[in-house]
Amino acid sequence: MAVKKFIVGNFYDEAILFPAVKKVRRAGYKIHDVFTPFPIHGLDKAMGLRDTSLHTAGFIYGITGTATAVGFITWALSVDWKLNFGGKPFFSLPAWIPITFELTVLFASVGMVLTFCYLCQLAPFVKKDHFNIRSTDDTFVMALECTEKTNEAEAMKFLKEVGAAEVQVQYKETGWWLGRYDKDTMRFERKKEQEAVH
Amino acid sequence: MALLRYESQVRPPLVEGDKDYHQVTEDICRPVEARPTRAWWIGFIVSVLFLCFGILSVTIEVIYGIGQWNLHKTVGWGWDITNFVWWIGIGHAGTLISAILLLFRQGWRTGVNRAAEAMTIFAVMCAGQFPIWHMGRVWNAFFVLPYPNTRGPLWVNFNSPLLWDVFAISTYFTVSLLFWYSGLIPDVATLRDRAKKKWAKMFYGVAAFGWTGSTKHWQRHEALSLVLAGLSTPLVLSVHTIVSFDFATSVVPGWHTTIFPPYFVAGAIFSGFAMVQTLLVVTRKVLALEDYITIEHIDVMNKIIVLTGSIVGIAYLTELFMAWYSAVEYENFAFFENRLNLNSPYGWSYWIMMGCNVLSPQIFWFRKMRRSLVVTFFMSILVNIGMWFERFVIIVTSVYRDYLPSAWSTYYTPTIWEVGFYLGTFGLFFTCYFLFAKFFPVIAIAEIKHILKRSGENYKEKMDEIEHESTEEFVEKHGHDHGA
Repeated sequence: MAVKKFIVGNFYDEAILFPAVKKVRRAGYKIHDVFTPFPIHGLDKAMGLRDTSLHTAGFIYGITGTATAVGFITWALSVDWKLNFGGKPFFSLPAWIPITFELTVLFASVGMVLTFCYLCQLAPFVKKDHFNIRSTDDTFVMALECTEKTNEAEAMKFLKEVGAAEVQVQYKETGWWLGRYDKDTMRFERKKEQEAVH
Repeated sequence: MALLRYESQVRPPLVEGDKDYHQVTEDICRPVEARPTRAWWIGFIVSVLFLCFGILSVTIEVIYGIGQWNLHKTVGWGWDITNFVWWIGIGHAGTLISAILLLFRQGWRTGVNRAAEAMTIFAVMCAGQFPIWHMGRVWNAFFVLPYPNTRGPLWVNFNSPLLWDVFAISTYFTVSLLFWYSGLIPDVATLRDRAKKKWAKMFYGVAAFGWTGSTKHWQRHEALSLVLAGLSTPLVLSVHTIVSFDFATSVVPGWHTTIFPPYFVAGAIFSGFAMVQTLLVVTRKVLALEDYITIEHIDVMNKIIVLTGSIVGIAYLTELFMAWYSAVEYENFAFFENRLNLNSPYGWSYWIMMGCNVLSPQIFWFRKMRRSLVVTFFMSILVNIGMWFERFVIIVTSVYRDYLPSAWSTYYTPTIWEVGFYLGTFGLFFTCYFLFAKFFPVIAIAEIKHILKRSGENYKEKMDEIEHESTEEFVEKHGHDHGA
């Protein structure tokens, strides 16, 4: 990832943001991302994002849990060490349902949360560049990525027209790096670059 | 105006006052960003003192053994397991609010879910203490895990409800924690971006996991919440079902009943909502969050209390009927002599249970009572006492006089260390709750913003205007907004 140039528009009402997203896309600009303080249903569709497959991942983790529980208990109680519990069969599946269920839920939940964190690059000490820190408060922030073809002035004017309250040009890092929010940190590669320049 | 979503005017607003998104952030973050008040310090210190007494009680129990408790030959489970079931039951309301009500699309859950989920986690932490320390030789506690050992390996008994409990409680704790924290991340990011102090930037920066609010991330977050809710719903039902199996799969009269799973789950939700009321009636007042946790929320939860209280009441009566109908003399003795008979040694506890759980919640059929904070607070305490006695009745009255009169035990009273352990878990619970209320937003900020334009008072008023306009007026005034 590298530092890129963005045109950033701030919106204060999702009722304006929605049509704006559609118009910006129709005009052919490339939306880098829209940052919102809360989930807005349908915005992902409007931006043309595909549906998440997190559900499928969760299902697979769940099935893994089921298989682990049934497989392990079967092996432990009816193969590895057969124990006679009150004359009941060694393979007593009904009695194993509770643990099988619990492991299914456990695997699915833990797996999904880890997958979610991996996909969204969420972890302690992960730091990312923000376009506007009020995007976690009350501002909807749309960032357009500038390519060599983008006419900056025109794009800014267009964003204003579709309802952005403020528009600026910003240079931002698109990836993540390890850092703390109380310190002004940057990506390792960028630090080296900057040191080389100075 | 185009995005004002319609919600019936019959439903009262869930957020009172004239709010916009920024105001919501301000209101909910204020108690976190302000210095702790005197009331907070007093509450916190008292909780820590209780916790210390609990640690002392447990230490004495570990050093001198379970003999420090008054458990004996027939009453092998006394206060300890009573408290375990009581705490785990309290936890259930949090999951009900956060998961089941999410699936039912109940908008009012947004005001109370964060605090209720936190309550769940702390309650499960308290509950877990009891079976662990009850093991006596607690340093061998890991024996309950199926790990390859040098004894064969001799595996744990997967057919035993006690082992199911190990899996159920640990899964429940893990999933509740993940659900709670994944919901908290966006709100922590809000605090991070508002932080002025260095430690706050550092602390919330680490805790927010680098959340930005990207649309793609929100999309995944929504999917995650929904699936976790879908998983938690059967999970919460399974947990108390399995706890009830600890009793129901035995052949002890008074425990050996098939009604236990639904009866325990209803009781768990009942007591859990009472604890939510206890906490929130105080929290909303102290943190000045009356606009978000409104009388409407209190009212709705009181309705759930009267519903679940009545379910529990029916379960009690069904048990009595089945004991009589079975015509088994031991069953009859357990229910009609050991419990129902006020003159029997523990008859008083049965009637406290009946009074607190079945009779007193009926007061909530009256709207005025449901909406009274004083009545709600008083009732919530009463229900918690009643539900504690329910578990006490089930455990102690079933085992202290069973089949053989020669095995009948002496009257069981707890020692100071048994009581101290219980008080200690109160200390643990409230210490955690005070820390949570100080360092994290007690209301889900992002979720409130999500429902604000549908259920906020000022937006509902706008909606009201539109409803009273004629169609021509509406088109004239708002029509051009669409797609503009």
